Amino acid sequence: MLSVSLQHDRPGLALDFDLPPGQLSAIVGPSGSGKTSVLRALAGLLRTRSARISLEGDIWADTNTGIFQPAHLRPVGFVGQKYALFPHMSAIENVSAALLHLPGVERKRQAQACLDAVGIAGLAARSPSALSGGQCQRVAMARALVRKPRLLLLDEPFSALDRSTRKRLHVELKRLQANLGMTVVLVTHDLDEAAQLSQTLCLLRRGRVLQHGLTSEVLRRPASVEAARLMDFSNLVQAQWIGADHKGVSLRWGEVVLRAAVGPLSKPGVPVSWTIRSSDVFLVKDGHPDESSLGVLVHARVTEVISMGDSVLATVLVQGSGGEPLRMRLRPGAVRRHGVHVGRRLRIAIHPKAVIVLA
Amino acid sequence: MDWSALRLSLELAGWTLVLLLPVGILIGRWLARTEFRGRPLLQAICALPLVLPPTVVGYYLLTFMGARSPVGGLIDAWFGLSLVFSFPGLVLASLLVNLPFAILPVQRAFEAVSQELHDAAACCGMSPWRVFARVELPLAWPGVLSAAVLTFGHTLGEFGVVLMVGGNIPGETRTLSIAIFDRVQAFDPAAAGRMAALLLLISLVTVALGYGALDRRARRGAGQS
Repeated sequence: MLSVSLQHDRPGLALDFDLPPGQLSAIVGPSGSGKTSVLRALAGLLRTRSARISLEGDIWADTNTGIFQPAHLRPVGFVGQKYALFPHMSAIENVSAALLHLPGVERKRQAQACLDAVGIAGLAARSPSALSGGQCQRVAMARALVRKPRLLLLDEPFSALDRSTRKRLHVELKRLQANLGMTVVLVTHDLDEAAQLSQTLCLLRRGRVLQHGLTSEVLRRPASVEAARLMDFSNLVQAQWIGADHKGVSLRWGEVVLRAAVGPLSKPGVPVSWTIRSSDVFLVKDGHPDESSLGVLVHARVTEVISMGDSVLATVLVQGSGGEPLRMRLRPGAVRRHGVHVGRRLRIAIHPKAVIVLA
Repeated sequence: MDWSALRLSLELAGWTLVLLLPVGILIGRWLARTEFRGRPLLQAICALPLVLPPTVVGYYLLTFMGARSPVGGLIDAWFGLSLVFSFPGLVLASLLVNLPFAILPVQRAFEAVSQELHDAAACCGMSPWRVFARVELPLAWPGVLSAAVLTFGHTLGEFGVVLMVGGNIPGETRTLSIAIFDRVQAFDPAAAGRMAALLLLISLVTVALGYGALDRRARRGAGQS
């Protein structure tokens, strides 16, 4: 287990989380959320006001007992945004630079083997300025891995790459992580990247953990309004808590009564926020054979239709809702079938399992 | 031609270079990588010889190094060494006057080595000393070379402070630039011309060698790419 507890003033950090060993965890947050500072603290590059960092029982930093292992003594590999290859060294010299504790011949042998492993054996003699972005990233990865670190730290390592290189390197990172079984922490602002690569996700904002857990769980159910905003849930709506029973929670949204399968206990009349993915709001045809299974059915009027490549984003005003619009992501086929256009009146379904009541 | 003046000039430039360059590297690196309250003041002190007239620098050095001053008196008492009108005093004056030439290029060169490279080196398991020797110093080398060329060249041509602190003692403090001045005062333009041409040649060769080394390094870097 990688246990992290950090308090710092500039940049402001106040967080506490555990990450599972042998897995790839992602720390996601907007610019200025402190995610790079967390990574620097893990690497031993940032000494925070208060810290306790341990990996599987080995304490790397503990301000209470005065323990602080500097970066060069921690078994970490680090790949930064700009790769930071030493410009006066060739690719193989860059990798060898992480093995200065070994004799020269052994150093070169291991560095070459590591370049082989990341698929750039033929570029060993090249200078970093003669390598493409993807090749630099591989050299940086080889340099980080060659010391066989117990913790691999990746600070937005794919952000400067083109889409196809990024996709290819995503696959290679997953393969490397699976083969080596090491604990990896990836910092990124790209939720899609985190969703594809990580098993555990930690959402950060202003130096604090907003939500933390299994990636699939966090992405499915944001725990707070801030988390929902960060995860780009475009439907953030105010309602009133009515009551709870064995089937879930009831909310009043204007005149519409909604059901949520899961939700917090509260008092009747207390304002709450709820959200629903734009792709979880469905159109319903008149005469649907099993309408009761679709959830709450309401009438709505289309106010905007925007084509977004392979999907269409429609904004609707739900009748009796109190004026807050809902956004729906529809397939072009559904748009054609239902004749969706501005001004069109539609019936839509809001299923209790899709309604997420936020703290 | 005053060969002893030439020898003295080269000796002074050599001693200044050998003693000042390590100091320049240490102070330049420290100023480049350390934030502290008095940094602007220290930088100003280091750069002061660039803007002060040599007579002002020379006057203060004379005042502080004289046998009646506390510093000069102590050195005289401990080492039996007079700093005024002597070669050691000339070297000390030269060290102080050349501080900006030895520090500023080095400081700029160290400042250009990014924090990311530092972090990467530390995460490669390099101790701070190894980061300095393996990453920082090789990357800052052009700045160090510039500092060496400027310090050596400037010391060869230094006149005002040398005259104020060392006077004009043949074989002891009369450098080539003082000898040229001396020959002009003595209405011996031919000797002054020969020595001026020699100083010009040495200075030109020094600076050209420095640029040549920088060019070779730049070409080697480009050749690798």
